[in-house]
Amino acid sequence: MQLVTPGIGLIFWMLVSFSLVLFVLGKYAWKPIMKGIHQREDSIEKALEAANDAKKEMLQLKAGNEQLLRDAKDERDALMRDARKVKEAILDEARAKANEESARILENARENIQFEKMAAINDLKNQIATISIEIAEKVIGKELENKQQQHLLTEKLLKEIKIN
Amino acid sequence: MIRKLLDTVRLQFVLVALFITGVAYGNTENETTTHQQAQSHEKAETKKAFDAGKMIIDHIVDAHEWHILTYNDFHLSIPLPVILLDNGKLVSFSSGHFHHGHEAYRGYRLMMEGENEGKIVKVMEDGETIDASAKLPLDFSITKNVLSLFISVLLLCFIFISIGNKYKKNPNSAPRGLQSVLEPIILFVRDDIAIPGLGKKNYARFMPFLLTVFWFIFLNNLMGLIPIFPGGANLTGNVAVTMVLALFTFVITSFNGNKSYWTHIINAPGVPWWLKFPIPLMPIVEIVGLITKPFVLMVRLFANMTAGHIILLGFMSLIFIFGNMNIVAGYGVSIFSIAFGVFMSLLELLVAFIQAYVFSLLSSIYFGMAMEEHAHTEEHTTEH
Repeated sequence: MQLVTPGIGLIFWMLVSFSLVLFVLGKYAWKPIMKGIHQREDSIEKALEAANDAKKEMLQLKAGNEQLLRDAKDERDALMRDARKVKEAILDEARAKANEESARILENARENIQFEKMAAINDLKNQIATISIEIAEKVIGKELENKQQQHLLTEKLLKEIKIN
Repeated sequence: MIRKLLDTVRLQFVLVALFITGVAYGNTENETTTHQQAQSHEKAETKKAFDAGKMIIDHIVDAHEWHILTYNDFHLSIPLPVILLDNGKLVSFSSGHFHHGHEAYRGYRLMMEGENEGKIVKVMEDGETIDASAKLPLDFSITKNVLSLFISVLLLCFIFISIGNKYKKNPNSAPRGLQSVLEPIILFVRDDIAIPGLGKKNYARFMPFLLTVFWFIFLNNLMGLIPIFPGGANLTGNVAVTMVLALFTFVITSFNGNKSYWTHIINAPGVPWWLKFPIPLMPIVEIVGLITKPFVLMVRLFANMTAGHIILLGFMSLIFIFGNMNIVAGYGVSIFSIAFGVFMSLLELLVAFIQAYVFSLLSSIYFGMAMEEHAHTEEHTTEH
């Protein structure tokens, strides 16, 4: 009977002790423990997340770097290509200009030569005419020393002019 | 002769236990009383045969002294303070004055047999005859179980406050030492007891109670398995202790019961009206169920722990029963008894954990049930 009859004394002491232990542990043990565990779990979760993010970022960064490198290469290639084009264009232009210039110079030279030639020819013509006239004057001067012959010549020349 | 041998065996057993548990004999000696009994008493006792049932019951019930061993007439026990409330008068003295129930002191006597076995009764002026007409004084003594309760409570506070401080100091570092042993179990209480029963939303509020109940039961179950002081008191196998624990669960459940919980008890929706009126059959059933839950909690823990102790003590008794018949038989049986005793102790270690688990799990489930929202209440009423 004693086994299954709860004693008032033990009930009393149990009520007091258990309430006390519940209060004391609740305040000084379970609160910091649960808080600590929660905090640690949170921090671990956060650390894992951060690590994951860092990993992702690293991958992105790596991809970005590669992209950057590729872009730089492309740009360099483009620049080189452009430069080559520009160079060729400049060269072509220069060549064209040179050709033109040389052609112009040649033309000028030719024109000059022609001009000079014409001038020389004209000059020659003039000189020949002068010389001819002089020669003619001299010839004619000698011929026309007698009257008769003067007349004859004049008539002959007139006839010739009419024919022309 | 047989009695002497029996006592020698018992002494050896206790000494081995002392040696194993490392309890210093000298420490307890100072607080103990040795009592020389009268010659006539001795002779009477020598003739008395070994009573296994009485021995077992004596070991599992509460006592006013902490008995450690008896060798012939030498009793090694710690006397505990007696506190009585007699007709509004507080009386207090050492239980050593009772001389293990053989003498009366200040008009009180500790009964060793009969209806009031283990209780303190009043005696007449002559100091011998029991005053049958007087009411029993209210006994608030610091008994074996109460002392064990105090020890366990202090131990709990010491262990968990020191751990709590560690969490306070460096919450983000990995657990160390005792902290790393206890944290998995604390997490077990949270993840496998509180959250399944209460849900993620509500569990935090009940964690202090669930953890305290769990560790209180677990620690006391373990301490009950230690055969010598400061263990050995069958605290969780005492119905008063389990009653208070169940009472806490009941009170917390009732205070947290929401409207739908109480509606389901008093006027359960979806039940035909003739079950509630004129005879409130369903409410009665529900109220009985309300009381049954903590009652079952109380009985389960009490019965499990007591049964474990009885079986263990039964195996030990076998040695003395056979030893009474034949010395050789006693020694022979001791081999098996100890083997089974060890096996039972290991099983009890498991039971110690399981009972702590079951008690806190059911508490958490009851709290969860009390706070559950019944979204389908209206559905019930329209159905019928």
